[in-house]
Amino acid sequence: MPIIKVEGLSKVFGKNVKDSLKLLDQGMKKEEILKQTGDTVGVNRASFEVEQGEVFVIMGLSGSGKSTLVRLINRLIEPTEGSVFVDGENLATMNKEDLRRVRREKLSMVFQRFALFPFRTILENAEFGLEIQGMDKEKRSAKAKESLELVGLGNYINQLPGQLSGGMQQRVGLARALANDPEVLLMDEAFSALDPLIRKDMQDELLDLQQKMQKTIIFITHDLDEALRIGDRIALMKDGSIVQIGTPEEILVSPANDYVERFVEDVDRSKVLTAEHIMKRPETVNIEKHGPRVALERMREEGISSIYVIDNNRNLKGYVTADDASAARKKEIRDLNEILKTDTPTVDRDKPMHDIFEIIHNTPVPVAVVEDGKLLGIIVRGAVIAALVGEGEVNENA
Amino acid sequence: MLDFIPQIPIADWISRLTDWITDVFAFLFNPIKNQFGDFMEWFAETLALIPPIIVIIIVAVVAFFITGKKFGLAVFSIVGLWLIYNQGAWEELMSTFALVLIASLLSVIIGVPIGILMSKSKIAETIITPILDFMQTMPAFVYLIPAVAFFSIGMVPGIFASLIFATPPTVRFTNLGIRQVSEELVEASEAFGSTGSQKLFKVELPMAKSTIMAGINQTVMLSLSMVVIASMIGAPGLGRDVLSSLQRAQVGTGFVAGMGIVILAIIIDRFTQNLNKSN
Ligand SMILES: Nc1ncnc2c1ncn2[C@@H]1O[C@H](COP(=O)(O)OP(=O)(O)OP(=O)(O)O)[C@@H](O)[C@H]1O
Ligand SMILES: [Mg+2]
Repeated sequence: MPIIKVEGLSKVFGKNVKDSLKLLDQGMKKEEILKQTGDTVGVNRASFEVEQGEVFVIMGLSGSGKSTLVRLINRLIEPTEGSVFVDGENLATMNKEDLRRVRREKLSMVFQRFALFPFRTILENAEFGLEIQGMDKEKRSAKAKESLELVGLGNYINQLPGQLSGGMQQRVGLARALANDPEVLLMDEAFSALDPLIRKDMQDELLDLQQKMQKTIIFITHDLDEALRIGDRIALMKDGSIVQIGTPEEILVSPANDYVERFVEDVDRSKVLTAEHIMKRPETVNIEKHGPRVALERMREEGISSIYVIDNNRNLKGYVTADDASAARKKEIRDLNEILKTDTPTVDRDKPMHDIFEIIHNTPVPVAVVEDGKLLGIIVRGAVIAALVGEGEVNENA
Repeated sequence: MLDFIPQIPIADWISRLTDWITDVFAFLFNPIKNQFGDFMEWFAETLALIPPIIVIIIVAVVAFFITGKKFGLAVFSIVGLWLIYNQGAWEELMSTFALVLIASLLSVIIGVPIGILMSKSKIAETIITPILDFMQTMPAFVYLIPAVAFFSIGMVPGIFASLIFATPPTVRFTNLGIRQVSEELVEASEAFGSTGSQKLFKVELPMAKSTIMAGINQTVMLSLSMVVIASMIGAPGLGRDVLSSLQRAQVGTGFVAGMGIVILAIIIDRFTQNLNKSN
């Protein structure tokens, strides 16, 4: 049984709800309905199921109804129509008391701007959900501490939220949600307010936590990269309707319509392209056959200032520079081993280009792409930049 | 052409209404007048019984701590209170203080719940807001008249008039403070399954606290001004000195009494403000 099942869920904001619903039935668009009735369609007949342990991402542009949809799931917003089953119980029709019980026991929410209580310490914030349930002080402290440790904030329990950085504050938000030991985590753009590096860390951490605890997560984002990184399945919303639900693969490979396709086109190329897409055939010398003289000759021919050194089995040994080679030739040195440099920058063939960019920035020689110690190719700085702006030759067949 | 109907007897109506209320609610007003009046007198006398030096020390010490261990307010309190003592107005000071304290306390007890109600209900807000405007813009003296009708003269009508005049800021600021609590925090408390009262006491009131305190500060200052005016209907205290100097055209004594009021006002104002900050 799916843990969350949403059926024909709609929300119309405004005064002429009945008329608007009728117009929706007739297939009218959000914009036209706004003109005709003055109502705003928040969510239009959303239906989907989420399995236990799944990370379900809801994605869409601003105003597409993501926040409304996630708030319909815990009924912070009253649905106009439709049902939300959590563990088989219909939230949409239940009374206030049952609703509170479900919110306390099964659903926890993490907010975009953290929504921490500024006058409560970190520990007291994390305790909030348990305190609401009436758990005694000692027990709830222990539980809250546990979940703060889980997110790496065990040492900050007596601080106030204002004393913490954004990333840390959101960890508190996460700890507060986890302290309840809910079945489902609802996260509304939980990482959108964080800067990119911290955001990536938090994504990784969330995935780690999810692995450990097997929580079901409904994650809202407007960022396709984020969706692709963390989603088991992704639902794409437009104007209140869900236009496609699928795995990241499915969304990328077979977008359901133009809207999805345009969304997908925006994926940052640097994260989709990997090392093998932009590497080129390397110039090399063989350490078992060649000496400094040959190395120097090759470099001169190619107009390069360093060259990679391999052995008979194409195992990467290191590189030599033109300066060293020419000095060695003068001193009549025959063996490349004597001038071999081994601080070679290497990457795997499936390293995302995004990461290569950082490496290549700090090294004077091209980056070597290796597999099992064998040299596959090299990447020069120009190729990375060209690919980033989307015009370099990319090895389509790779 | 403006005389198409004769003068509407509004004044008459209000008089009759007041008479009617006085009659009908006499069973309520009389015990309040007597018992509460006795209590107030006892309270003011008890305050006056405390040796002034002890009062001054206590005030100074508290001032020192609530201002974050600074000497300014403490020194001012010592000098100011001593000066009042020196001018022989200590007993009047204690009476005025007792009146202000009780009047503001009642204003807060009444005002905060009304403010909460307003913040929770659009209808309540729509009804109460114009009433508050009315209460605050009506010249303060006007309240003395029904106050006397209901409670005759003395401390009790003074407190009654002060309640009407000084409660609005607390109501307004409570309403404002709660409405200002960020949507996300309210959502957070609801999402974790708070009941209405949990939401109010664990999130909304703590978040609104400094705004409410600002309202209470205003209420206290207004009740001080009202309590002074209430000397016209026989409320004891510094105001009575001002009034009698006015009647006898004694500039000097009038100034001394007025200065006492200013000193008290400054001390009370700084105290309520700092209470807000230090928490
Ligand atoms: N309380 C409300 N009253 C009226 N209209 C609303 C209300 N809340 C949301 N809407 C409307 O519903 C639509 C969906 O809003 P929603 O906040 O769910 O979008 P979103 O996808 O979360 O956008 P964002 O990425 O900007 O957060 C919008 O057109 C919005 O204007
Ligand atoms: Mg949103």
